Amino acid sequence: MVMEIVCPAGTPAALRAAVKAGAHTVYCGFNDETNARNFPGLNFDRSEMREGIRFAHAHGAKVLVAINTFPSAGNEALWHRAVADAEACGADAIILADIGLLDYAARHHPGQRRHLSVQAAAANADMINFYAGTFGVKRVVLPRVLSVPEIAAINAETGVETEVFVFGGLCVMAEGRCSLSSYVTGRSPNMNGVCSPASHVDYHEENGVLDARLGGYTIHRTGNGESAPYPTLCKGCFGAGEKAGHLFEDPVSLNAEKLIPQLHKAGVTALKIEGRQRSRSYVAQVVRNFRAAVDALEDGRPLPEGMLAGLSEGQAMTTGAYKKTWR
Amino acid sequence: MQLTVGPNQFFWPAARWRDFYDDVAASPAERVVLGELVCSKRMPFYQDCIPGAVERLQGAGKAVALTSLALITLKRERKAMAELAEMGVEVEVNDLTALAYLPEGAAFSVGPLVNAYNEGTLGWLAGRGATRVCLPPELPLQSVETLARKGRDLGVEIEVWGHGRVPLAISGRCYHARLHGRTKDNCQFACEDDPDGLDVRTLEDQPFLAMNGVQTLSDSFACMAHQVAALRDAGVTALRLSPQSHGFAALCGWYRDLLEGRMSAGALVAAVQAAQPDVRLSDGFLTGERGVAWSGARGAA
Repeated sequence: MVMEIVCPAGTPAALRAAVKAGAHTVYCGFNDETNARNFPGLNFDRSEMREGIRFAHAHGAKVLVAINTFPSAGNEALWHRAVADAEACGADAIILADIGLLDYAARHHPGQRRHLSVQAAAANADMINFYAGTFGVKRVVLPRVLSVPEIAAINAETGVETEVFVFGGLCVMAEGRCSLSSYVTGRSPNMNGVCSPASHVDYHEENGVLDARLGGYTIHRTGNGESAPYPTLCKGCFGAGEKAGHLFEDPVSLNAEKLIPQLHKAGVTALKIEGRQRSRSYVAQVVRNFRAAVDALEDGRPLPEGMLAGLSEGQAMTTGAYKKTWR
Repeated sequence: MQLTVGPNQFFWPAARWRDFYDDVAASPAERVVLGELVCSKRMPFYQDCIPGAVERLQGAGKAVALTSLALITLKRERKAMAELAEMGVEVEVNDLTALAYLPEGAAFSVGPLVNAYNEGTLGWLAGRGATRVCLPPELPLQSVETLARKGRDLGVEIEVWGHGRVPLAISGRCYHARLHGRTKDNCQFACEDDPDGLDVRTLEDQPFLAMNGVQTLSDSFACMAHQVAALRDAGVTALRLSPQSHGFAALCGWYRDLLEGRMSAGALVAAVQAAQPDVRLSDGFLTGERGVAWSGARGAA
């Protein structure tokens, strides 16, 4: 079966662009802290969601609604409402991370298909089968800590569909288990759906040296004329012992296009593209290329090569944990 | 309020490890969680010491639990977790994988690396057999209050991260190995050189984080001295103290004195700072604008 391309949409326009460019599936979220890309001006209100799903279905595409932050204590109703509204809007599945919310959805919306978010960091077959057996999860988005052979081993031990990230931003920490951002800014992926938020970024220039700071901490320093990367905390430049540099991760983004045949062989159902914060033209271009690649694979033709090099915004590309030496 | 000694997060030689738990056996802590939390590659170096330590601690009247790993991916790690469930000692789940091995209905506790953020999750864990939950260090006081109330209804003890470098992230990648230009498989146990983690500083030489193999911690040591009254009012029943290589027995004593009203929060902080002159303290996740904030700084300003 042809691998499913699962594509991000931060806006209704991006959703339509992705569908027209050939996405099999689009994922998106409501415009509040129930989803892990809670950025200003992004995401869908209820009527946009209903309309977006209607558009996608009319074009033969599916829509997954991400409700993948961890509900805050005393405020769970907001997340419960998101689950009910996603179902009412006709979502093909909801993507959840929190145990309490999975339990709620399984009991109150048993007919709504449930996927396990990468934010749940289910990194082995035992855990995946546990989520499937307990909460009826049909698909798991694998955390970005696994190599291709490990993914193959997981697929051999589970009947749950697997979805893996192939392009875009890259977390180096196990997702859903990182409080670096809230340590420095008070805002975190788990609680607020944001990481290293722009509201806490400032730039300081002196004598041709540009410092990019997050919460007052210098994360990057660039010289004259160099482009300054966004100060995402884990991709910053730091010192430890006698060494200085990108101690956690270089400012790279993920590109696993060359691994598509291996991922297919490993039993992966769906390929996920990161970037709900990206423009619709970016999304359309990435989708078109990945769709061409999986169609070529399905037809037994050679894959187009280097198709996405221009989209990385000057950043280096990595295959991340899919190659074991990354660790 | 009880004192719990959390699992040691760092890689210590077996002799230091054994001596540490001898000291803990003599400390005023009521409860001890031990075993390997961070990296399964460390286990062969000291796992033979664990049964003896459990016995000594139980002999000294401590309640004892064994922790799961924080991130379980490899086959041998899954096997180790299955064995953990069969050791006849309470398990502290720090990766939900461990739950898959516990018999349905068996009592267990939940550690701070499981995402228990809300009443629904707490209720589900209680239904599954959790009798105690140490909340994620990231939670604000308002959440702690709500969850402590819910915990009381459910009969689940609620514990809070009390003192020590805060675990902020876990990864598939080993940063100690990366720092030394090695891969994780060939790490040569570089993390053993840093018994309290390796300081990570910004390019402006500002203390920031600490690396500990695959784990990233805060530079600052969490210190809930000024928060004890609020936590007690909220219904929190235990404080967790995280092992450090020096002065840990004294630290346990100070917290016991604080909880019994024999020592003030200010005196505890002064004692910590006298023992560790370079230490930076924080309690911002609970009441501040951000995790690194320190309520003690306001009083001093």
